[in-house]
Amino acid sequence: MPEFTRRAALRAAAGVLAAPALVESVGAQQAFDWKRFKGERVEASLTANPRSSLLMQHAKEFEELTGIRVGAEAIPEQQHRQKFAIEFASGRPSFDVVGISLHVSKRQVGRAKWTTDIRPLLQDATMTSPDFDFADFGQGPVAYSTQADGRMDTLPEFTDYFILYYNKDLLAAKNIAVPKTFDELYTAAKALTDPAKQQYGFVGRGLRNANVVLWSSFLLGTQQRDTVSPDMKLLTDTPDAIWATEMYQRLMRDCAPPGNVGFNWNECQTTFMQGRAAFWIDGVGFAAPLEDKTRSRVAGKVGYAVSPAGPAHHHCCLFGTGFGISEQTRNKGPSWYYLQWASGKQNQLRYLTSGAGAPARTSPFRNEEAISTSRFPRDFFTTLVESGRIARPGLPEIVPVTEFRDTIGTALTNCIGGADPATELKRATEAFRPVLEQSEKAT
Amino acid sequence: MSGAATLPAAVAAARPRRNYARRYVWFVVPAAIVVLSVILFPWVFTLFMSAHDWKIGGGHSYVGLDNYRKLFTDDRFLWSMARTLYFTALAVVGPMVLGTIAALVFSRNFPLRGLARTVFILPMMATPVAVALVWTMMFHPQLGVLNWILTQFGLPPSMWIYDARTVIPTLVMVEVWHWTPLVMLIVLGGLASLPVDPYEAAKIDGANGWQAFRHITFPLLLPFLVVALIIRTIDALKAFDTIYVITQGGPGTSSETINIFLYLQGFAYYNMGYASAVVVVFFLIIVSLAGVLLWARNRAKDL
Repeated sequence: MPEFTRRAALRAAAGVLAAPALVESVGAQQAFDWKRFKGERVEASLTANPRSSLLMQHAKEFEELTGIRVGAEAIPEQQHRQKFAIEFASGRPSFDVVGISLHVSKRQVGRAKWTTDIRPLLQDATMTSPDFDFADFGQGPVAYSTQADGRMDTLPEFTDYFILYYNKDLLAAKNIAVPKTFDELYTAAKALTDPAKQQYGFVGRGLRNANVVLWSSFLLGTQQRDTVSPDMKLLTDTPDAIWATEMYQRLMRDCAPPGNVGFNWNECQTTFMQGRAAFWIDGVGFAAPLEDKTRSRVAGKVGYAVSPAGPAHHHCCLFGTGFGISEQTRNKGPSWYYLQWASGKQNQLRYLTSGAGAPARTSPFRNEEAISTSRFPRDFFTTLVESGRIARPGLPEIVPVTEFRDTIGTALTNCIGGADPATELKRATEAFRPVLEQSEKAT
Repeated sequence: MSGAATLPAAVAAARPRRNYARRYVWFVVPAAIVVLSVILFPWVFTLFMSAHDWKIGGGHSYVGLDNYRKLFTDDRFLWSMARTLYFTALAVVGPMVLGTIAALVFSRNFPLRGLARTVFILPMMATPVAVALVWTMMFHPQLGVLNWILTQFGLPPSMWIYDARTVIPTLVMVEVWHWTPLVMLIVLGGLASLPVDPYEAAKIDGANGWQAFRHITFPLLLPFLVVALIIRTIDALKAFDTIYVITQGGPGTSSETINIFLYLQGFAYYNMGYASAVVVVFFLIIVSLAGVLLWARNRAKDL
């Protein structure tokens, strides 16, 4: 019989004392715990916009919930795209989490595999909060966040639909109904245009690059709908593309303020806010400034409607953003926690009620209490829900998106100046085709 | 005198010769490392990239001189070069003429001259991006103050930056407003240093104001004017912030100068190889122009 020594007794006692901690540790690996990464730090690189401001404003909430410190920066959109691309290409990005404009950078990020596939994290019960409710995300945003190879390398954050803003007073003065088709829009806008009073029926983006998303709103209504075919062939000089360009040209030349060739969204917003335009097609994020009584002359008089239908289809442009976790980061766990909080139900509801944009989740739209107490009229929310049903990507999922926008955008500005749409589109298509082909070859 | 001067030389010759250069060469190393890493290396690397098809987020492959060949058949690049020269010519001549006139005015004595000079140089103090944003608001065709002013005088409104025909002259207007004070300060400094005697002699000889300016002031001021010309030319050639903020190269590509074209190629389309070739060509243009201007400066000194 072995002798029971003092050393053995001490070992046994230590084991008994350590048992609860071991049991707790094993349990912690099985159940989700917000405090699991307490004391760690996450760096987030975001695009400067009202949504990022909300996240930065409420970051303390995440820090208290998880004990993880957040260092977040928000950079203007165009510069942010360059920054994260260059940092990713360097192989050592300074951030763990990045906000990505899917309509511009999806293919670029997906092809280079810069961000991690979040599906394993979503399926890991120890890493994903039980109340995260992934099924709450809309199908459109989820599809937008998923690459062609099935990898889901971003978590949906925000969806931007192009909607029709209209000035209720101007329409009522001439007893004009809200247009349902682009042809009706042109007729109504023409009737409401009175240059002598500096009042215009329509305002929209004319500036090169920025204007392509307005033009694609028209193209989405045609039989062809998209700018690039599924086998990556450019469809920008087809009869449908010419129809879209003619519609764009007519509206911008006959119904929009002179000088619109240099208008981006901010000039359009100023014109509409001053009551100088009856219709404006643009993203959903402008409701907040338009309804701000201290800045807008049309506050309380703005109507919201879905983008009109084309001759063959009824869609509205869809754009969106997502949060990605850098493939290079060692902080994947804390970063995933940040994503769960950032795209959690509470923040998504904040997006909607503050007018910062349409959330990627569906639950905020069902929150009757929040909607009824919102400062935005009910037709704004109705428009968002209806737009979600008909939304379709407004830009092609290709790597050289910016070059595409610049090339087609230049053709569109020339058309505003009076150039022939067919000739301009042919020239732009011929200029961009080799760029696309080379890009696809590299893929 | 000559004996005293040769004495230290003889003493020095008597000392054994030491090779100090070998010992002190290490003092140069830190500066050499800095120069090599921040000037020479980027240049060599830019040349290296310009010989590659180099995409951010993609791979890169050696293409030799293809980027340069493509560049000289790229209409967009050639037009951007022409626009750069057009913009530079206007943005140099405008401030030079107005700055010289302003300097001649401010060199005379008149009431509140100090205050007027201070007000005149204020635009130069402003941050270019802030200036550009304010001008953008003023250029708005319907809501901008400039068109409001024109209509108050019964003039038709202008499209300013919103028309391909007027965009570059309008951008030059901003540049003139911003940088005329700089030329004025340089020329004013020159005027202050001019001797009085030639003017007195000219007065005795019966020269009028124009003759005094043409034959005394202008030749004596010429070295200062050439300095102002060099500074303005380099500034105008590298103008980017104002143009980018106000028009982003638009409408269409009608204000796309080489800098904007370069920025788009490098940081919007991520064609780093092609953008590097643009940098090399642009560098050669600037070096040639600087050479011409320095030659002109030396000629002006000799006059």
